[in-house]
Amino acid sequence: MHPVLKTVLQRLGLGLLTLFVVSVLIFASLEMLPGGFAQAILGQGATPETVAAFNRELGLDRPATIRYLEWIWNVLHGNFGYSYAGAGGSIKKSVSAIIAPRLYNTFFLAIMTAVIAVPLALFLGIMAALYRNSLYDRAVNAVTLTTIATPEFFIAYLLMFFLAIKVRWFPSLSTVSEDTSFLEHIYRAALPAITLTLVIVAHMMRMTRAALINLLSSPYMEMARLKGVSQRDAVIQHALPNAWAPIATVIAFNLAYLVVGVVVVEVVFVYPGIGQLMVDSVSSRNMPVVQACALIFAATYILLNLSADIVSIVTNPRLLHPK
Amino acid sequence: MKSDNRQRVKGEALLEIRGLRIEGNSDGVWHPIVKGVDLTLKRGEVLGLIGESGAGKSTIGLAAMGFARPGCRIVDGAIMFDGIDLRAAPEDAKRKLWGARIAYVAQSAAASFNPAHRLIDQTVETAVRDGLMTRDKAVADAIDLYGRLQLPNPRTIGERYPHQVSGGQLQRAMTAMAMSCRPDLIIFDEPTTALDVTTQVEVLAAMRNIVEEFHTAAIYITHDLAVVAQMADRIMVLRHGLEVEEAPTREMLREPREDYTKTLWAVRKLAKEESISDDVTLSVRNVDASYSGVVKVLDNVTVSLPRGRTVAVVGESGSGKSTLARAITGLLPPARGEILFNGKPLPRALKDRDKDTLRRIQMIYQSADTSLNPKQTVRDILGRPLEFYHAVKGAARDRKVAELLDSIELDESYIDRLPGELSGGQKQRISIARALAAGPDIIICDEVTSALDQIVQEEILTLLMKLQKDTNVSYLFITHDIATVRAISDEIVVMHRGKVVQQGPKTQVLNPPFPAYTELLLSSVPQMDPDWLTNLLAERARAKVKA
Amino acid sequence: MTAQAPQLRSVRARRTLWENTRRTLASAPISAWFGMIVIVIYVLAAIFAPWLAPYGEAEVVGRAYQPASEQFLLGTDQIGRDLFSRLIYGARNTIGIAFLTTLLSFAIGGTLGVLTALKRGWLDQAISRVVDAFLAIPVLIFALMLLAVAGKSILNLILILALLDSTRVFRLARATALNVVVMDYVEAAKLRGEKMGWIIFKEVLPNILPVLITEFGLRFCFVFLTIAALSFLGVGIQPPTADWGSMVAESKTLITFPVHTFPWIPAPFYPAMAIALLTVAINFVVDWFLHKTSGLRDEK
Repeated sequence: MHPVLKTVLQRLGLGLLTLFVVSVLIFASLEMLPGGFAQAILGQGATPETVAAFNRELGLDRPATIRYLEWIWNVLHGNFGYSYAGAGGSIKKSVSAIIAPRLYNTFFLAIMTAVIAVPLALFLGIMAALYRNSLYDRAVNAVTLTTIATPEFFIAYLLMFFLAIKVRWFPSLSTVSEDTSFLEHIYRAALPAITLTLVIVAHMMRMTRAALINLLSSPYMEMARLKGVSQRDAVIQHALPNAWAPIATVIAFNLAYLVVGVVVVEVVFVYPGIGQLMVDSVSSRNMPVVQACALIFAATYILLNLSADIVSIVTNPRLLHPK
Repeated sequence: MKSDNRQRVKGEALLEIRGLRIEGNSDGVWHPIVKGVDLTLKRGEVLGLIGESGAGKSTIGLAAMGFARPGCRIVDGAIMFDGIDLRAAPEDAKRKLWGARIAYVAQSAAASFNPAHRLIDQTVETAVRDGLMTRDKAVADAIDLYGRLQLPNPRTIGERYPHQVSGGQLQRAMTAMAMSCRPDLIIFDEPTTALDVTTQVEVLAAMRNIVEEFHTAAIYITHDLAVVAQMADRIMVLRHGLEVEEAPTREMLREPREDYTKTLWAVRKLAKEESISDDVTLSVRNVDASYSGVVKVLDNVTVSLPRGRTVAVVGESGSGKSTLARAITGLLPPARGEILFNGKPLPRALKDRDKDTLRRIQMIYQSADTSLNPKQTVRDILGRPLEFYHAVKGAARDRKVAELLDSIELDESYIDRLPGELSGGQKQRISIARALAAGPDIIICDEVTSALDQIVQEEILTLLMKLQKDTNVSYLFITHDIATVRAISDEIVVMHRGKVVQQGPKTQVLNPPFPAYTELLLSSVPQMDPDWLTNLLAERARAKVKA
Repeated sequence: MTAQAPQLRSVRARRTLWENTRRTLASAPISAWFGMIVIVIYVLAAIFAPWLAPYGEAEVVGRAYQPASEQFLLGTDQIGRDLFSRLIYGARNTIGIAFLTTLLSFAIGGTLGVLTALKRGWLDQAISRVVDAFLAIPVLIFALMLLAVAGKSILNLILILALLDSTRVFRLARATALNVVVMDYVEAAKLRGEKMGWIIFKEVLPNILPVLITEFGLRFCFVFLTIAALSFLGVGIQPPTADWGSMVAESKTLITFPVHTFPWIPAPFYPAMAIALLTVAINFVVDWFLHKTSGLRDEK
């Protein structure tokens, strides 16, 4: 088998394995719930009979492995179980139905941010690497360091205060519904997107700069220069073919970071995404929803890192052209 | 080129450097690296720059292109290349010269070739870019150059990527790349230092022939006098950023003027009087060892070490000589065979050996930088084995440490220094003292001099011999350097690909008749004679015809 | 072959600890100085909170939402507690909890990391695989989920975050220790017959300490920000304990009334700025420390 294919398959297998272990971890943490689901839902006062009846109704009296397999089987078919919100009652709302519109909103926000942040950060990072130790580089270093060290909600409130309350360019709360038009959605999601962009750009351009400086200091770049290659050609022809792997890693890392960043930002701007949903569900201990959200976040995270690794593999000349 | 020296030196001046001063930055402070060097190179002439580490030779080589590495700056002097002032020339003008009229061959070809492009594309890049040739013509020319440089399959080797060919082949491909525009000047910066001796011969021959053929001027930078003697018409000796002396090669070899130059020869003269003994202290019998369990790194190895003598284990990279040391110390338990120590079998694994056995077998490493803990003072480094093996403590320990320092010819005041505050040679002395502190029967020396400059090497070897005389310790001396072997050994073991080719007294191994590999190895070691390479190639060609 | 002569460090340069510290500090850039001063102020505020704060931590001292005055330096919050006092107690709680968590995380992750680096084998493999799975889930998400399971309490918060963070520490400690373990001086100690304890404490630890100290600063920032975020989200430190993250959340409605506290600055900004200032300060110091220990590697 071609080494590239082999390595990609190995990596894919490892990714699947990680996903499996993560799903087990998530399932297992729920098993550790003191008193089990029933106690959490029905409250401390529930009699053993009600608890037993509840468990029977939800099938919680069966062995954990069976329930795990059933759960994962359903998840693979898009069924995350039923929400416990208002449970004890008769209305069972499907978790998938709750999550679907919110997932759309979160991806809307994440993609909107990525579209602005990724090209911007790469550009700024490359400039900082090319003109390193210049005034621009130093200024950028101080600014990004400060941004990284600042909590997201602080940046969010600052932007809200200045851009929504002082100058009133954007709405301070990002309420959207299914009827919101596409352009209106963009307008309403602008502040959360700008907040996330600021955070991501800071991280990403620092990493881009570091990766590029590492690349530019390699002996073959010095050789290119001593062969009379112009700076532009050196970067395009000699550095770039070797840069895909580090660049992919930087992008994936930061998109993954975005996944976490949305949680806080959604709460600040009351944006109806999956992050806000998860926080609400944690407060009300609505476990199936928490479980589903955690699994979605983790899966996104793993898939992003997996794709970066695959880019690194398929652009590695040593694997592409084996001995 | 030796045959037509006079004709080659006749050309007009191509490169003139006057009063060159270069500074380097470390920790924000600029300090001088090159302190005023003059240099003239005529068309078609090869100048050897030779010196030890810190002499500034690589920096001068790059400055000859008008280039200073990041962290270095040219502060004074003139660099004139064929009427062009390289110090005043703007980057654009220099870029036009680089690759086309001045080319560079780096020490590590593996790192200096771009891993993402085929060799042929990198070879023809400059010629095609500068419009000197069409791509087709440049490729045809590159194939021709590959052939002249004795690369295997010159037609197809260019289609390969750098990681697909060997180090010696890469170094030749880099020479082809440098030659592709037929430059007036090539800078060779230690091009064979990273290669094994048997590979080095081929690369040296290929480089020399092609430079001669195209009448290209060259600056050949190296720390190895014997190598430079083969390559250069003239030699300039550098030390601490200053010129020591300069002379035509033969003259320089025949009668060096300066004391410093004379000392560079010294190690070659050092030779221990061979002494044979049958009193064997360590005996390795039919040992096999491997890391993965699949490939044998040691294959049926048998070696014996007499008491109070030195056995040199010599071989190239991959010969298994360092693995032999690991098998003896128990770090890599042998898969088969046995090791007898003072007549008794030595437990295979380190953890099964008692303290007294451990004490009796000590080891000294190649790099004192990594073998001394940077956070411990000399007192702790030397005091620990005294305390550990001999339970010497407190003031008595300090006294013993002072004695040890004295025996390695260092002053008592060194006791509170950290390794970072010692020079390379001093660090290696401390490593020796640490081994001595245990009071060992055997010291395994793994390439202990190969990271050091020639003069320091001689001092360390002399010290080791003195200590052997005083304590009757046995050395198993692992090295790839034949000159060192000559200097220190009583017996020699030649290893090749995990097997022992030969073991015997020094005079026997170093004199004919030779087994084939020993012959190849010994004949590949450059000699101080400027005609050595020419004669060797002629001899090998004759042998080939005969076969 | 390098172009530069190996620089011999002179012995006289090594002086007493105090003199060394003084010399190092003298060479610190402004940003590092700023950082160190801020950190010292925060630590003092945390230690002497009861003496510095005019009112008690959870004491209701007036009406709700009173504007800033001489009596209430930053005004009062939604149930009439003094914001300035809560800010000072917040230093104690937020920093204290983050510090404890980081210490615990290093105790677990650091120890296991160094141990597995030295004693490779099945235990190393097992721990490394489990850690890999943990690394595949973002800390905030995992912490949210575990807090939902275990319930909101300070002890749970500390234990959960320390556990999650220790996986990150483990990886770094293991990688750093692996770089040292392959050194010849460690091999020399093994050949001498030294016990594991000596090798860890005398040979390995002194050499990885600078890296671990730097990482401690960075991990502390991360833990501190995560706790702030969790508290802000309402699942971290719970009222009435004063904490900067939850204070931001409690007073967020006041963002539209900047006149309430000090002129121009809305109330939620004070705790938020308190958080940002500390992490920025630590980052400045760490950045300087990194630059110092790595030398000018960047230049090449």
